[in-house]
Amino acid sequence: MVPYLVPNRYRGKLIVVEGIDGSGKSTQLALLSQWLRSQGLAVAFSEWNSSPLVKQTTRRGKRKEMFTPATFSLIHATDFADRMEGYIVPLLKAGAIVCADRYAYTAYARDVVRGVSPRWIRNLYRFAIQPTMAFYFRVPLDVALGRILGGREAIKYYEAGMDLGLSRNVEESFRLFQGRILKEYDSMAQEMGFHIIDAGGSIEEQQKEMRRIVMEVLGPNLDQVLRATLPPGASHG
Amino acid sequence: MANHWPPLAPYGDPLPGVDLTGLQGKLIVIEGPDSVGRSTQVMLLKSWLEQVGHAVLDTGMARSALAGRGIQRAKDGNTFGPVTMTLFYATDFADRLENEIIPALRAGFVVLTDRYIFSLMARALARGESRTWLEELGGFALAPHLTLYMRAEVNDLVPRVVLGRGRFDFWESGMDVRLGPDMHDSFVRYQARVITALDRMAGKYNFEIIDAARPPMVIFRDMRRSITRLFRKTKT
Repeated sequence: MVPYLVPNRYRGKLIVVEGIDGSGKSTQLALLSQWLRSQGLAVAFSEWNSSPLVKQTTRRGKRKEMFTPATFSLIHATDFADRMEGYIVPLLKAGAIVCADRYAYTAYARDVVRGVSPRWIRNLYRFAIQPTMAFYFRVPLDVALGRILGGREAIKYYEAGMDLGLSRNVEESFRLFQGRILKEYDSMAQEMGFHIIDAGGSIEEQQKEMRRIVMEVLGPNLDQVLRATLPPGASHG
Repeated sequence: MANHWPPLAPYGDPLPGVDLTGLQGKLIVIEGPDSVGRSTQVMLLKSWLEQVGHAVLDTGMARSALAGRGIQRAKDGNTFGPVTMTLFYATDFADRLENEIIPALRAGFVVLTDRYIFSLMARALARGESRTWLEELGGFALAPHLTLYMRAEVNDLVPRVVLGRGRFDFWESGMDVRLGPDMHDSFVRYQARVITALDRMAGKYNFEIIDAARPPMVIFRDMRRSITRLFRKTKT
């Protein structure tokens, strides 16, 4: 499989979801982690672009539109590194199941669309721990766009890939940008060993499939995982 | 004044979307460990170059508009892992390269930079990070026209720290990786590693080694001579 990442030598497990905006991956990950927790397992969560250490820099850079493809890529890698070193690795050592909403693959897809070379970006994230499993929520572009463009607030500058100059129209730029990212995900899916979930299906069906795969992969190793509550019958020492 | 310098090129993949043609200026790097006296030399060189009639941009690590403040905040906090630090500095470097250094070179400036990608790599190597990872990561850096490596032994640095700032700095002592029981011991071991890492880069990246254990004005004379030679060599 992927030779780019660091093998997970810890007790904990790492579950990753990937997909374009509007693929429904965050909803699915939330349902999955709730279920794992209900099984008494210690579950932690880490989201793309959420490190407190880097937050102010990213926010300012975005507001002032200061980013180039290189600095955009590097600041997200910095954010990722901070979560890796300060959060994900310690939790994996402790034996937790870490659920990550987006992972290095997001950078492989997005940054390459921004013109960064695939070789450079794969090297950049070489410090990342290899996920125990990575789910790719594969969805037709129109379905994802419908979910995003329909409701919620306006699409932001970088989210729409406006920095690429694909179109002056935000929605059109978003459409083109997401389409290109989708292509990148599709082309790496096999190489990265993604578990592909048909994200056009119902939420319930997708969740069922996700849980089936998690049990299949984790099942034999579940006793390594840290428990949030003491198993029944265990006495307090 | 028609100069024929070899065009500036990156070590690896170029920065995406950045035009590297028509860079008229000269890129001169001053490298060396902490407290070796780099900033004094940059100051002296800048005013000399300006007196001779060159427009000079001086820049240095963690001074970018994008990441400078963020790095300072991260250093003031208590969690700043080695990989995170390397990447934050790389962000800072890329921002300065794209928004300061390359535009200045295009405008025909002499860019005098206090540290470059090499210090970033040396610090990361001193913290045990992978050389191949760093080389590929920093591949977008332009190979400078001249890199002056101010070389000294750790024993030369210690008195400068004591007489200068009067105390050891947490990060310059590598206290995040804690190589000794106190700041002094950690400083000695950490800076020795940084120096070793820079020494190992000297051949590959064409450093011109300047003995920095000598008095500042003697060092300055040597550096000025190297720069003069460089200008003369490439002038028609």
